[in-house]
Amino acid sequence: MNTAVPNASLPSTAGVRSALPNMVDDIGQTPLLRLDRVAADLPETVAVYAKAEHLNPSGSVKDRPARRMIQEGRESGAFRRDQTLIDATSGNTGIAYAMIGAAKGLDVTLALPENASAERKKVLRAYGAELLLTDPMAGTDGAQRRVKEIVEAHPNRYFYPDQYNNDANWRAHYDGTGTEILEQTDGRVSHFVTGLGTTGTFMGVTRRLKEHDPAVQCVGVEPATAMHGLEGLKHMDTALVPGIYDPSVADAHRTYDTETAIDMTRRLAQAEGLLVGPSAGANVAAALDVARSLEAGVVVTILCDTGTRYLSDDFWNDE
Amino acid sequence: MPTTDTTTVTVRIPTPLRSATDGQSTVEVDANTVDDALRTLTDRYPDLADNLYNENDDLRQFVNIYVGDEDVRFGDGPETALEPNDEISIVPSIAGGCFHRWRVNA
Repeated sequence: MNTAVPNASLPSTAGVRSALPNMVDDIGQTPLLRLDRVAADLPETVAVYAKAEHLNPSGSVKDRPARRMIQEGRESGAFRRDQTLIDATSGNTGIAYAMIGAAKGLDVTLALPENASAERKKVLRAYGAELLLTDPMAGTDGAQRRVKEIVEAHPNRYFYPDQYNNDANWRAHYDGTGTEILEQTDGRVSHFVTGLGTTGTFMGVTRRLKEHDPAVQCVGVEPATAMHGLEGLKHMDTALVPGIYDPSVADAHRTYDTETAIDMTRRLAQAEGLLVGPSAGANVAAALDVARSLEAGVVVTILCDTGTRYLSDDFWNDE
Repeated sequence: MPTTDTTTVTVRIPTPLRSATDGQSTVEVDANTVDDALRTLTDRYPDLADNLYNENDDLRQFVNIYVGDEDVRFGDGPETALEPNDEISIVPSIAGGCFHRWRVNA
């Protein structure tokens, strides 16, 4: 027998004011961390800080542009309720789309090379995304071409954010990441160093920091070779160059080989307790090299994604 | 019966490296092992060398070489012997995917 519950004792659902409606509202406002142990050789007048973007809800910096591109698509009418979001990505942007899509009830289809890791595909499928697997020999550029073909064949069925050519990508970093860096350093940032992939982070943060102070020096980091193992970064001489990239805003470029980046990735885990991916290792290696060239300065870089995404890679325990 | 003691094989070049091979997507070389084939390839297209080999002249860790469907890492590595008409693929690394098996699209 069911017993009637008196109304007076029902808990109110209206009182939980500090709760977020979903994970999407927790994107951004990441901590800025001072790196001490890996930067122990620097003089006291030089500091290196890292923006902990791996602490975003889906585990990477890509939550910011993914949310912004979806928001702007909705507001402009480019992304209708009956459409499916489609994009090409082997990694973090896809996971961000899939997470946001799940939280907001949106359909998401992603093209990625067939040799992306099993755990990555499982994460995407766990969020409910549909996957199109493309030829490994063509890399992520091949996945991009596949998406373009599908969208051209069925223009009404899909919303294609196209992170490489969408200004919402860099604007997410102009308004978010860049502004947070200024606040968190009390405007004292003198150098910004980050890897170039879609170039959204670099373009957005650089524009925001230079608007604050044109003397801030901004350094783009690239893989040293066309073949590399730095997820998310592009070797601009041989890759499809993103439409949002304007090389003239960079003050300098630095190149790193995968092995150097991975050495730093291991050191960050073991000496700083930061389990992050190889592109973050490249960024920190570059930030430290920039810092070593200074007599005084505040150098800021980006920890792009979580290291748990790379556990099936063999590099963690090698020396 | 073969009249020479070397074997002709095809090397498939991934998109990111084709600027180093004059745009060629496949290159035929005469070689008995994977190492022979890749050295012959880099002799012919020297811009490939930095992409495939580190400063100690070892194959870079993230460079994935397949003979047919088999990752040579799980076989005899660079010493893997070649048969006539074998197809070698140099496969771009997708982080998190380097050590997983997949089938080469025909």
